[in-house]
Amino acid sequence: MFMEYDPAMFSRMLTGLTLGFHIIFATIGVGVPLMIALAEWMGIRKNDEHYRLLARRWARGFVVTVAVGVVTGTAIGLQLNLLWPNFMQLAGQTISLPLFMEVFAFFFEAIFLGIYLYTWDRFKSKFRHFLLVIPVVIGASFSAFFITTVNAFMNAPQGFELVDGVITDINPLAAMFNPATPTKTAHVIITCYLTSAFVLGMIGAFKMLKGDRHVYHKKAIRLTMTAAFIFSIGTVIIGDFSGKYLAEYQPEKLAAAEWHFETEDAAPLVVGGFLSDDEEVNYALEIPYALSILAHGDPNSEVTGLDQFAEEDTAPLFVHYLFDSMVFIGMYLAFVSMLYLLLSWKKKNWMHHKLLLWGIVAGGPLSILAIEFGWVFAEIGRQPWILYDIMRTPEGATTSKHVDAMLYLFIGLYALLGISSSIVLRKMFKDNPAAQEMEQRGIDERGNKS
Amino acid sequence: MSYEILGISVLWFFLYGYLIVASVDFGAGFFHFYNKISHQDYQVNKLIQRYLSPVWEVTNVFLVFFFVGIIGFFPDTAYYYGTALLIPGSISIVLIAIRGSYYAFNTYGSKDSKIYSFLYGMSGLLIPASFTIVLTISEGGYLDVSDGNVTLLLGELLTSTYSWSVVVLAIVSVLFISAAFLTYYAYKAGDDASYTLFRRYTLWWAFPTILASMLIFFSISRHNPEHFSNMLDMSWMFILSLLFFLGAVYLIYSKKKLGLAFVLVMLQFFSAWFGYGASHLPYLLYPHLTVNDGFVNETMAIALILAFIAGLLLLIPSLVFLMRLFLFDADYVRGKR
Ligand code: HDD
Ligand code: HEM
Ligand code: HEM
Repeated sequence: MFMEYDPAMFSRMLTGLTLGFHIIFATIGVGVPLMIALAEWMGIRKNDEHYRLLARRWARGFVVTVAVGVVTGTAIGLQLNLLWPNFMQLAGQTISLPLFMEVFAFFFEAIFLGIYLYTWDRFKSKFRHFLLVIPVVIGASFSAFFITTVNAFMNAPQGFELVDGVITDINPLAAMFNPATPTKTAHVIITCYLTSAFVLGMIGAFKMLKGDRHVYHKKAIRLTMTAAFIFSIGTVIIGDFSGKYLAEYQPEKLAAAEWHFETEDAAPLVVGGFLSDDEEVNYALEIPYALSILAHGDPNSEVTGLDQFAEEDTAPLFVHYLFDSMVFIGMYLAFVSMLYLLLSWKKKNWMHHKLLLWGIVAGGPLSILAIEFGWVFAEIGRQPWILYDIMRTPEGATTSKHVDAMLYLFIGLYALLGISSSIVLRKMFKDNPAAQEMEQRGIDERGNKS
Repeated sequence: MSYEILGISVLWFFLYGYLIVASVDFGAGFFHFYNKISHQDYQVNKLIQRYLSPVWEVTNVFLVFFFVGIIGFFPDTAYYYGTALLIPGSISIVLIAIRGSYYAFNTYGSKDSKIYSFLYGMSGLLIPASFTIVLTISEGGYLDVSDGNVTLLLGELLTSTYSWSVVVLAIVSVLFISAAFLTYYAYKAGDDASYTLFRRYTLWWAFPTILASMLIFFSISRHNPEHFSNMLDMSWMFILSLLFFLGAVYLIYSKKKLGLAFVLVMLQFFSAWFGYGASHLPYLLYPHLTVNDGFVNETMAIALILAFIAGLLLLIPSLVFLMRLFLFDADYVRGKR
């Protein structure tokens, strides 16, 4: 190879690869159950079979994504031990509680998902079947909560003392509920919901663009965009709190993300732009006071810059692009869903305009991109630490000589899984379009069952 | 009982749970594929699918529980096993990934595919074989631990009779356990053709299972005499296991009490599994790591045990509910729901 073999470097690449792949399915796994529950509930409340069919069809596609989520999650769970044995040895002493609880959440979710999927017509009361999806929603969201507290701990470790390499005074609850936990878990969970709403909305909008203008799809878009609007506002607000958390506890991460070199009062926000070789910012938009507002909620407050830190303690500066892209996408998603709601309220004959439908379709892949950007920013922005201020990344890594071969093996595996799962999903819905299923089940234009 | 022993017993118990449910699962996947290519009765495969569909994800969680739990209770295992197992561990991950996802693709996708069925049938047999490497390594003699580095002696591992006899035992046990369960399930479903087929499979795989177990005793006595002499001190557990086995085979042979027969199979593996585990103590990795020096701090141990108890209170009723709906519901088993 053209670079020298360094197990820590390859371990980082392999970890990033697995997590980057897992997170797509994990996000859907956390958010879609909520959307399924919403659809089924609407179906029962409005006595409209279209919504129940939505729930049914979403659930069917969901099983396939869950499967990939489960196997890649198992992969990352094992891989953390294989690639970061020294880190996991320390983490086992301090943060294994939420990891352990996460497994219980999965267990709970897996059991009820099995039941939910196979009991659509088994109970007399539709409401009883709906009740079964609630444990799935709870299990999925709690597993996201628990795993994210582990990641929060990596950013703001506390709940133990390290004296000469020996860990003492352990407090598992303090480790779990560290300063990063509130913003981090809230932002992760709500973005899972937001992304899932947009991915499902994308399917409906795409069908409409293909010429299938059945009310079934219109109802799908209405449901998903209403939910998406609420979640996108939540995302932006919690994202703002995340920035305030960073300013307080990891100022060098925020400074790297914002290209904020000098500590100053009334700091402007740098949007976009390019960095020249001698660290000059070109072509950027500067919004006066905005960084001070993002960091502390006060236009004149002082924001710590990169000048306060040794260079080897700060993250690479390209994280700025990731951060800006994420924020841009967040604004975009809020805008599209708001536009849809406005039109459906004021100008009904424009609400299924081609441009808007395309905007919704684009929201699906964009929201997944935002998840990827956000995570890569959060993880690389933490560098050079694997455990902030305590353990540097290479210290946590394996010393094995074969991490590179494993990286190629897993690239192959994920390519295979990615391709197969998209083929299976496409075929599933192509061979059995919604219109055909409505006919089979005797559901009419108004959503009544004959 | 000390926390160390409590912790390892709980984990060992979950691994036992995985051993049983995963064996049924993996064996069923293999039979599904085998029956398909040998054009045996389509009915059989429907039966297998009916059992597997609602439960496969639950099976996987047993495994995740074990490896998350072992890092929680014994963090030092991450250091020893993590470093050494990179390659075999990664291969297991790939197999699990293929098995789980192609199972789902085949079952929930729009049509039953021979390639998918092959992928999950075969990977299911290889997974137990690849996992047993961990048990093999724990006997000592396959790792080099020097100046802060742990490396796997791959040559030793691949040329050792002990490691191969464990692999053989893993594969035949999977087929035996699975066939015994499916015999009972087919019987309950009132599906005569499947019942006859699986009964034949069970009897067929019974003999190799016992033969492979004997081989293990023999090879462990040569590989790790200390462990072997501990096993002899607990020989009653292994004798008990043999009696359970004979009872199970007798019942299935004479077509009586098939439910009890499967329970006996479970007990056969239970006593052998705990006999093996107990005689392995105090070592987690012979001779480098024991349950005592690798144990987590006490505060975390108590927190984990409390979480565990709370978790069980949540899970046991849910599992009972799942089993009542799918395993013990005569209408579902017969395919009427
Ligand atoms: C659909 C996805 C999505 C969208 C639209 C946004 N984010 Fe985000 N963001 C994430 C998805 C995400 C994430 C994937 O969930 C991250 C990665 C790590 C984490 O904690 O959440 C994240 C991290 C993250 C962090 C770093 C937290 C840390 O490292 O501790 C900050 C400061 C923000 N976000 C701020 C924002 C702001 C101000 C947004 C305004 C619109 C925004 N995010 C939109
Ligand atoms: C509990 C949650 C998580 C844990 C314990 C965790 C752990 C780790 C570890 C040990 C590393 C390697 C060291 C490093 O480079 O920092 C890493 C890197 C990385 N992780 Fe996370 N991670 C978590 C969440 C996530 C998630 C959900 C993603 C989603 C994609 C992610 C993305 C990455 C990426 C992209 C890298 C590579 C960073 C680099 O190359 O520097 N992480 N993570
Ligand atoms: C914050 C980012 C993450 C989220 C939101 C998330 C969420 C999920 C979801 C929804 C699933 C599918 C489970 C199901 O539907 O039953 C899953 C599977 C899994 N994840 Fe992640 N995950 C994240 C990161 C991680 C990390 C860093 C690890 C490693 C410690 C991990 C370990 C697992 C495991 C072991 C499974 C398989 C569980 C099973 O067998 O059911 N996840 N995850």
